Amino acid sequence: MAPLLEIKDLHAEITGGRKIINGMNLVINPGEVHAIMGPNGAGKSTLSYVLSGKPGYEITSGEVLFRGQDLLAFSPDERAAAGMFLCFQYPLEIPGVSNMAFLHTALNSQRRRRGGVELTSPELLRKVRELGRQLGIDPDMLKRPVNVGFSGGEKKRNETLQMMLLEPYMCVLDEADSGLDIDAMKVVAAGVNALRSAERSMLVITHYQRLLDYIVPDVVHVFAAGRIVHTGGKELALELEATGYAQYQNEAA
Amino acid sequence: MAADVRMMKTAAEVALAETFAAVHAALPGDGTVAAQRSAAFDRFVATGLPHRRVEAWRYTDLRAMMREALPLAAPPDAAALARAGDAGAILAEVEARRLYLVNGSFAAALSDLADLEPGLTISSMASALASGDPVVAAHLGKTLLVDDPALALNTALMGDGVVIHVAAGASLARPLLLISVTAQDTPAAIFTRSLMVVEDGAAASLIEIHEGPAGTAYQVNTALELVVGADAQVERVKIIREGAGAMHLATVLARVGDRARVAVSGFNLGGGVVRNQLMAQLAGEFIDASISGVSLLGGKQHADTMLVLDHTAPNSQSRENFRAVLDGASRDIFQGRIAVHQRAQKTDARMLSRALLLSDAAESDNKPELEIFADDVQCGHGCTTGTLDPQLKFYLMARGIPAKEAEALLIQAFVGEVIDGVANEGVRAALTGATQAWLLERE
Repeated sequence: MAPLLEIKDLHAEITGGRKIINGMNLVINPGEVHAIMGPNGAGKSTLSYVLSGKPGYEITSGEVLFRGQDLLAFSPDERAAAGMFLCFQYPLEIPGVSNMAFLHTALNSQRRRRGGVELTSPELLRKVRELGRQLGIDPDMLKRPVNVGFSGGEKKRNETLQMMLLEPYMCVLDEADSGLDIDAMKVVAAGVNALRSAERSMLVITHYQRLLDYIVPDVVHVFAAGRIVHTGGKELALELEATGYAQYQNEAA
Repeated sequence: MAADVRMMKTAAEVALAETFAAVHAALPGDGTVAAQRSAAFDRFVATGLPHRRVEAWRYTDLRAMMREALPLAAPPDAAALARAGDAGAILAEVEARRLYLVNGSFAAALSDLADLEPGLTISSMASALASGDPVVAAHLGKTLLVDDPALALNTALMGDGVVIHVAAGASLARPLLLISVTAQDTPAAIFTRSLMVVEDGAAASLIEIHEGPAGTAYQVNTALELVVGADAQVERVKIIREGAGAMHLATVLARVGDRARVAVSGFNLGGGVVRNQLMAQLAGEFIDASISGVSLLGGKQHADTMLVLDHTAPNSQSRENFRAVLDGASRDIFQGRIAVHQRAQKTDARMLSRALLLSDAAESDNKPELEIFADDVQCGHGCTTGTLDPQLKFYLMARGIPAKEAEALLIQAFVGEVIDGVANEGVRAALTGATQAWLLERE
């Protein structure tokens, strides 16, 4: 089976700044859920930005293959259309752009690029309403500007809705539980779990074990000083909760 | 000292004087009007074309920009009228009573003057001046006393325009759509003057669109006096889609009475050099006034909005919201002054102007001013100039939206706030469509 995502000796830095990713290797096969855990400042969010193509980061060496293609050569929108999805830690508010218009433009941009059939407004509305129901999203929120005035929980539900609508191959969840109470976290996790399939993989970035009670990973990695320093099964998450990251930070240094 | 310094007359100033001398006797109006014209022209001659040391015209140096005064436009012939019939296409879907000014002349034959609502009268300014129309006699030149060179030229040389009177308590079933077209391909100057009087308790909506040829140099100097009675409701939307060779100078003088609700908005979607000046006096209490505008500029377009808002009575509220999107080497200017007079206690006035720069060569100048003589008021102003937020753009792109489309969505959102304030749904749709077309042309 060909890997879905393959990161090979990746080095990356903030443009004109310090080095953040420092010789990272990772292979994710289709259908697998990987968790990346690590202390604050280890570079976990940077990893998510580098994968999604956020400007402001320089790849100094290494490569990333996504479904066999050179992911780093793609612009952010091309990556999204290829099936890469980043669930933002802090989803942005976009005044003046309605949620529906945003979802419509996003979905049809991706479909156009893949040569798929574009959805009409009524078709999209039906689909979005159904997903909204599953996620407990107030239909009124769909008419409002993207994330404007949404609570932390509503923003994360909205991210989950986008993910379910766009049906990516790879979901990168950057601290998906930050700012969420336990009920909201369960809703988000249920949405994510509903998307688990043999073709779709997940990379769950978190520094708390709690989220992994609800999104149970196949593989857990410890990320410190810009690379993976230890890999284990789902029980590693519990172990880390008990012992902390200190031993691995020493290992990295 | 300074008074002894005489500036050399420019070629345009000399030509304007020649034009006035040649045509003033033939311009419409009796002795009183003729005297108004002469007095106005004398005021213009005293100051000449405004230049950068005249504060109100600081960013639009007309002395340098108006190289020549063009000959007055000919009255429209059959061909011009036929062309004018196709104008205002972006508003084709808007249900309205259409009125036409072609080459500065009121075109009654093209205009929809049938079945006027009770209380509504519409006439040509030229015939109203010639016949000594009482509404014109009562209001023209008296709405606000403003000394401004562009307005003085307009008063001196006004040829035609439209006079709209809405009687007390009358309410118009349809908006009025005034289509001003320059329909000739040779250089021309047009001076139009219109008057709209909305009496107490009446309600009216005036939509204006200005169009002209793409490849011809022409000059439009247009003025509107707007008199709004107590408890009246007035909306006025102006869309400029002049050709790239046009110089469009526009003045609005407005006086507003007690408890009136007034919404004035302007959309600059064309023209080479555009100057919109709006002087308004909120003369009554408990007025709700909103003044807003959008400029979408590219190439070497120059658009200057100058706003002077006088709160002279207590308890009124005003909101100003202006947005400019600048591409190429374009320049947008916003000068806004809110003056709160001593007796205008409890005034609530907010002014916001924001510019979005899409290119390094574009320039935005923002000059908000507050002048407050009352001690119990809420006044504020804000202005921003910036580029598109790269974080927002990345967020959109991360969902699969290509860079240009992401920018277009953000730009539409930026101007959408003002467009959404327009009451008429058809006009909103036309403005949204025009914005989309502008964004497509950018690429």
